[in-house]
Amino acid sequence: MPNKKLKRVDIIFSEDCVYKDVLAESLKKSNEDILKDILDSGLRGRGGAGFPTGLKWKFASQETGEEKYVVCNADEGEPGTFKDREILTRVPLKVFGGMAICAKVIGAKHGYIYLRGEYKFLKTDLEKALEEFHSFVKELGFDFQIHILMGSGAYICGEESALFESMEGKRGEPRNKPPYPTISGFRNKPTVINNVETLVYSFMICRIGAGKFHELGTADSRGSKVFSISGDTPIAGIYELELGMLLEDFVEEFGDGDTKAVQVGGAAGFCVPRKKFKDTIIGFEGVPTGGSMMLFNSSRSMYNVLKNYVEFFEEESCGQCTPCRVGCQQLKKGIEAIKKGEKSAHYLDTLQKLADTMKVSSKCGLGQSVANSFSSIVDNFREEMIY
Amino acid sequence: MPEIKELVKGLADKHGRNRESLLPILQGIVTEERFISDVAMAEVAKELDMSAALVYGTATFYSFLDTEPRGKYVIRLCKTITCDMKGKKQILKTIEDLLKIKVGETSKDKNFTLLETNCLGWCHKGPAMLINDQVFTELDEDKVTEIIDDYIRNI
Repeated sequence: MPNKKLKRVDIIFSEDCVYKDVLAESLKKSNEDILKDILDSGLRGRGGAGFPTGLKWKFASQETGEEKYVVCNADEGEPGTFKDREILTRVPLKVFGGMAICAKVIGAKHGYIYLRGEYKFLKTDLEKALEEFHSFVKELGFDFQIHILMGSGAYICGEESALFESMEGKRGEPRNKPPYPTISGFRNKPTVINNVETLVYSFMICRIGAGKFHELGTADSRGSKVFSISGDTPIAGIYELELGMLLEDFVEEFGDGDTKAVQVGGAAGFCVPRKKFKDTIIGFEGVPTGGSMMLFNSSRSMYNVLKNYVEFFEEESCGQCTPCRVGCQQLKKGIEAIKKGEKSAHYLDTLQKLADTMKVSSKCGLGQSVANSFSSIVDNFREEMIY
Repeated sequence: MPEIKELVKGLADKHGRNRESLLPILQGIVTEERFISDVAMAEVAKELDMSAALVYGTATFYSFLDTEPRGKYVIRLCKTITCDMKGKKQILKTIEDLLKIKVGETSKDKNFTLLETNCLGWCHKGPAMLINDQVFTELDEDKVTEIIDDYIRNI
């Protein structure tokens, strides 16, 4: 299996970048050249789902019609993720720059940042940075405005179509797909919605070139990624790492010497136990992550971890579709009953079937991904669920 | 209640009177009043010329749009597993003892409400909490006591 060694990278926060120069030069390039760069770089969405960014931009650019939008998804709610907050705090102008370049390519005049309510304290600084940005794009003669909209504490609004609903003043309930956002997004107009980090990488690819980005990572996971590392680690924090490393190397670097499991990708992600560290690649060919890496050492009860996740999903399910709404409640009740001895251990298999059903029948990514953590924790730590 | 009427009118003047204005208006009410009362919801419906059910449906969807009376300061303690592992339970107990309220309750003097919330995005610096919009991280018993005492003194 081709994997990469663990390597720290400095692209996102790199100070070797005058955002004004990069933006001014990029806006002079042809749309085809920019699209080619983003496509050639191999950049995939950094929010977790990993859709090729260049394709998103290309699809939206092919739509006819005057009204199009760029939306920056800053509704970072996945447990264990805090990279977007750090990015918005340290390099907001690069985020705006990425939005402006995207706006040029697809032909949008308005961009929106949907900022989660938990990060409201960032708003004043972001608005200050926006003033600087707006006066610069005006200087360049580029007609583009960015607005900030606030979320109000709903995890589901990180799902792109739920986010549009929320921007439109409605309950944040995911829409049916297709149509996809590049055809019908905000206000049912063609919309590119990208994660904060994806926008900065797009911007930096315009700076360093597609080739340099493409050199990093593996065939399925090009480039680097910002990781949010927490849990049982002596050095919790934000690290930008090349994609494609083995989890074993990751744990060697960040673990506390007693790591028994790593939850990769937050509550919606997968739990990898110690025995699988050496076979697990962090990336789209192995276990992908939106950045969340939670380490657990042998003093932790994986039952408590799972219960925490299931409770989280039960609260954050929008309630629109039955598999997710009722499924989450039943999973929680089920594991509690087994732990108390009210149900036999075999009931875990029934719950696994329920999780699988949720995976195929839930309307959106939230309900579909509950099975990821549920099955991977139950499979690997079955005894801890029972005794 | 004339004050609510004025507040809603002011917010509608600022944010507009269409469906897209609804969330910013509701957020504005929470900033001023800490929660959205039935009266306020009805007032918003009237001002935006939409059904009260739409306003209610939207308001009750979002966990930060409180529709029950809240104190002047709303404490939201992060309950994600990483904060839990860093001693969130002890922090919760400390706050409960200091304010003599349990999770979900508001103090008798209406100054504090204590809630738990999902991931605040400070997992590397847990335990973390919000008091209204302000963040406090790397809490321990002493630190949280000092913070709460500070708030009590400045009421």
